[in-house]
Order: sequence, then structure tokens, then C-alpha cells
Amino acid sequence: MGAGIDLDNVVCDFGSFRAVDHVNVSIQPGEFFSFLGPSGCGKTTILRMISGFNDPTSGSIRIGGKDTLGQRPNQRPTALIFQNLALFPLMTIWENIAFGLEVRGVGKAERRAKAEELLALVDLPGAADKMVSQLSGGQKQRVAIARALAVEPDVMLLDEPLSALDLKLRQHMRAELRAIQKRTGVTFIYITHDQGEALAMSDRVGVMSQGRLQQVADPRDIYNNPVNGFVASFVGENNIFTGTVGATASGMARFDTAHGQFRARLGETGGAAVKLYVRPEHTLFATEPGVENSLPVTVTEVAFEGSFISVHAHSDSGASLVAELRNDGGQMIPETGQKGFMTFAAERASILPDGIVRAK
Amino acid sequence: MGDLLKRYGGTLTGAFVLLTAFWLLMLIILPNLALFETSFRPYLPVAEMGGPRDVYSADNYVKFFESPGPMSVFGFEIAVPLRAQTFLYTVFYSVVVTVVAFAFSYPIAFYLAKVVSPKSVPTLILLLFIPLWVSEALRAFAWYIILTLNGPLNAALVGLGIMEKAVRWQQGVFTNYDAIVIGLVYNYILFMLFPIYNAMSSLDTNQIEAAQDLGAPWWKTHLRIVLPHSKPGIASGSVMVFMLAAGSLLVPTTLGSTRSNWFTQTIQQAMLESQDWNTGAAYSFLYLLLCTVVVFGVMRLFKVRLSDIAR
Repeated sequence: MGAGIDLDNVVCDFGSFRAVDHVNVSIQPGEFFSFLGPSGCGKTTILRMISGFNDPTSGSIRIGGKDTLGQRPNQRPTALIFQNLALFPLMTIWENIAFGLEVRGVGKAERRAKAEELLALVDLPGAADKMVSQLSGGQKQRVAIARALAVEPDVMLLDEPLSALDLKLRQHMRAELRAIQKRTGVTFIYITHDQGEALAMSDRVGVMSQGRLQQVADPRDIYNNPVNGFVASFVGENNIFTGTVGATASGMARFDTAHGQFRARLGETGGAAVKLYVRPEHTLFATEPGVENSLPVTVTEVAFEGSFISVHAHSDSGASLVAELRNDGGQMIPETGQKGFMTFAAERASILPDGIVRAK
Repeated sequence: MGDLLKRYGGTLTGAFVLLTAFWLLMLIILPNLALFETSFRPYLPVAEMGGPRDVYSADNYVKFFESPGPMSVFGFEIAVPLRAQTFLYTVFYSVVVTVVAFAFSYPIAFYLAKVVSPKSVPTLILLLFIPLWVSEALRAFAWYIILTLNGPLNAALVGLGIMEKAVRWQQGVFTNYDAIVIGLVYNYILFMLFPIYNAMSSLDTNQIEAAQDLGAPWWKTHLRIVLPHSKPGIASGSVMVFMLAAGSLLVPTTLGSTRSNWFTQTIQQAMLESQDWNTGAAYSFLYLLLCTVVVFGVMRLFKVRLSDIAR
């Protein structure tokens, strides 16, 4: 069964570079938790600290309530799946999977049986005596998962394990990983820079930038209620307006811009510079102006993407906007050069701090 | 060949081929053939060369197996021909040199390849190389001075209270070959270190971490991950050190005791002191053959293929 993990004011410095900056988060036992962020944001360092390959400069990490201070990687109840998998090329598949058991002094027959059992679990029967080089990318992936599961860890740590796979296989493995996690009940901590992967697989997502945790929430909240411009932009596309906040009332605010007046939800601004963010799929293209949040535009480009239609337009005041219209099979498709209005609902637009949560 | 011609043109390709052919033929094949032919002829005064007694025979090779003397092997006293004894001692202590060189090289190679920051590796390698700038002869003499009765080693050991009085290292404290083993290890250790370092550098550090993450203690990580990966480097290093040690003349001559005898010295005595090139040539070929057998035998034992070494 999985163990919970608590990161308590964790800081990690490499020389003068602060890779991880006061990160606080509690991950529940059996949770599928993702750290999402661009490369260099410190997410891999967090993973390496949990597995014991790096030590926090300050702060503490508890696994299953126990402080990990001074515990070496081979003493922790964690199993790490490396980005390049790091399978042992000189061993057969079953020896790879059973390596953790070999280390623990389990007898050969028992090791072999356990390896076969795990190969069945990851849907790769009959591969036991092959060498690593004989397997495809997706199969190696499964072997790496089986090898990590063999030591019955409380926590599985996954460092972008799907990044080397092609799109089809990646989507398949997402579902597979999720299913294995549910079946085994092990806590999964997943590192990725792919927001689609993080949103689709996780119970909760922690978005990171410049060593700091920006927001921890379930995927819906991350996408629909981002706390700042960084999170809003990292997990999806936006139409963005700069301006100033006007009169506020019950969580909503007037927003004055060079392109007109809008009304939108007011986020936690904390006095920082703000912008208005609205997602393309929440933006509509209409021939008639709406009651509010409506901008006269000229269509500059229409891209038919299949499941949706992407309409790019310029406002008369010079703003660029994108609207993504769901393809219901029969609606009017705007044409390039067509005049019309871009509108959005005030409840779907957010006024958010422009930047990221910075060090205090 | 066609590729070579296309890439470098006729002149350069011709030069490559001619130089390689010259090297192989004039510097390796012909001298060896001449020596090989010599080894089957008897040692005669100049006047009788080409005369009726100058006929081919294997007599020179037979000498290797003559004049038996007592030798104790694992406590058993058996009669072994004197020159075969020398050969056996030479092979045995060359293996000792190889093993000792490996024991020093493995941790240093691992340190260079996986522990130290890549920035300081060139400096460290330079430091390892500096002793090689001094000639082999001088290095052997340096050890002669270090190991001598009133030398620094004895002074240090006695001074630190580790030993009660100075010993004659060169006469052999543990075996008759102590000083030779020390000198040979010192001279040839880099031939072991660098192949192992190369092999280890190509090991993905994630593999080491993966093993640790799966619960392996450090020695298990080395035994199952680092050592198997380094095997080709260890194999080629061992072959080189063994062959160089077995073929060294300078170090055994300089650092040898009155009770030590290296097979190269036997050959040298035949060729230069007795002026008997025929017997010397026979010993040389026998030595080459027997050492090759030893190398291939050990390769068989450790399941190393020739292609591993050539890498």
C-alpha cells in the first residue's frame, strides 16, 4: 500500500543556484500526483531528493510520516523510473525485474516466479529470457515499471518516463500507468513538462516554475482556475489583455484596457501587475455584438483542426485573438476577412497576476 | 578499399597501403621469419655455417625441457627443467603484477569516470601521466633507490614504528620477486587504468543510481553493474599489462634479486652473453607461444572474446 509524502519548506541549492525554493506539499497515500513545469523548474530535483540522490539544503522530507534525513537511496521505500529507464543491458529481462529481489537475498526460483508474475501484470508475458536490446520502446517501458514494482515500493517516482515514446504509444501507456497505479494502490509521483499528460493522469497537479510551487490543485482547477499568468499559460492557450482593475463587486471586476472595458472574475492579485486571461475555447466568434466583453474584429485566418475550428482575428484596436469553436458538424465556419465580434462570458475570464509566485 | 580510394584519392590511398605494407612486412613479418629460421639451426662457429653440420632440427627447442631441478609446487617437491621453472615463475609473477595493477586501477578508474567532477578529470589524468615522462630505466632505478637498505621506504617504515629494522626489499621479503612486482606494477599500471576508465566512462550513471534505488549496497552495484560493464576494458588492460610485464627485461634486471630470474633474462643470456642466437630465438618463439596460450586460456576462463579486447 502507498505511503504519504510531506515536503516541508524544502530548499535545494546547487552552488549559488536555487533549484528548489521553499516547497511545501503533502501528497496523500495512494495518490497520483504530478509535478508539472518547464525544464529547469526544479521538478526533477524534487524527485531526486525524495529518492535520496540529492539532499535538501534545508527543510525536511517525510515518507509515510518518517523523516528521511540521512537515509540513502537503497534504504528508502521508493522506486524511481528514470527518464531513460536505465535498464541493465547485460542482464535478461527477468534478471532486470528481479534485481531488487536478488539484492534482498531472495532465492532464484522465487525471483523468477515473481518476475513472471510482474511481466504478466505489465502485459508482457514470454519476454523473461529476452535481452533488453530485443525489446521495443513501449516494452522497455513496461519492464522498467515491472522492475520498480518488484521491490514493492510505497512510492513510485516517475521522471518523464513517456517522453521517448511516440504519440500513440504515449497515450496508451498513460492509461496503462493509471490502471497499474489503481490496481497496486502505490503512491505515484510523476514528473512531466507535458500538461496534457499531467492533467489526464493525475489526482492532483503541482505546477512549478523557477523552483517554486505555483499552484497545487486537481486538474480541473489547475486548468479552469489558475492562480496566475504562468499557470494559465503553461497548462493551455489564452487570449491576454493588459489593463487596470476598475470597480469590483462580489468577486467580479471591471477591467479597463486599450481595447475597451471588460468584466471578469478577479483572482488573488496581491497587488501585483495583472492581466486578463480567457481561453480560446471560451471565446466565441459571432456576427452580432454581445451584451458585454465583446470586441469588433476582422478574421485573419481560419484553421480547420478536425474536432475544432481555430479562428484567428485582429480587433480594430490592434489586439490579436483566437477563438476555438467546437466542430458540431454543421455550424457556420467564418471566412478570412469576415467582420464580426469576439465575445466571452465574464465567468470564464480571469484577472490574474501577470508573473509567478516569487521567493518571499 | 573502394571507399578509401573514393575518399582520399589515389596518392594518399597508395601511401596508406604502402606504409602499412612496409610496417607489416619489413618490421614485423621478415625479422620474425628470419629469427624463426635461425631458431631451427645449430649454434656453429662461423667456418662451419652452411657446412654439413648446418641442418634444421628442433634441438634448440628441446633445450627448454632439459636439465631438471627441484621445484616446490604447493608444497610438493617435483623435478622441473630449470628454464621451464623460470618460465613458470615469470608467468606467475606477471599474473600477480596484473592482479595488483587491476586492484589499484579499478577504484582509481571509477573515481575518475564516475565520482570526480568532469572538469577536474584532465588535470588528474595529467598528474597520472607525469611519471611516464621519465624513461622506464630511470623509473626502475628510482625504485631501486626507494627500496634499498638505507632508502626512504625503510627509513619511513622504521621511523613510523611500523617495522623494527630495515629489510632488504630487493632480496625479497615475501617472495624473491617483490621488487620486480613493485617496479612492473608502477611501470605498466596506466595500461590497465585507461582501458578500464574508458569502459567505465561509457556506463550510464543512471544505471548505478537505478541499482542503488532498487536497494543494492555499493559492493553489489559494483559486482552486478559496474564490473560487468567494464569487463572489456579490464580484459584489454590485463592482456596488455601481462604481456608487457612478461616481456620486460629492464625492470627484472634492475630490481631483481640474486634469487629471481625472469624468462627475458634467460633469452638475453642466450643471445647476448652466449652469443647463441639460435637458442635465444628458439626460447623467444617458445615464450611467445606459451604466453599466448596463457592469455587465451585466461580469456576462456573469464569468457572474454577477442572482439571485446579489440574495442
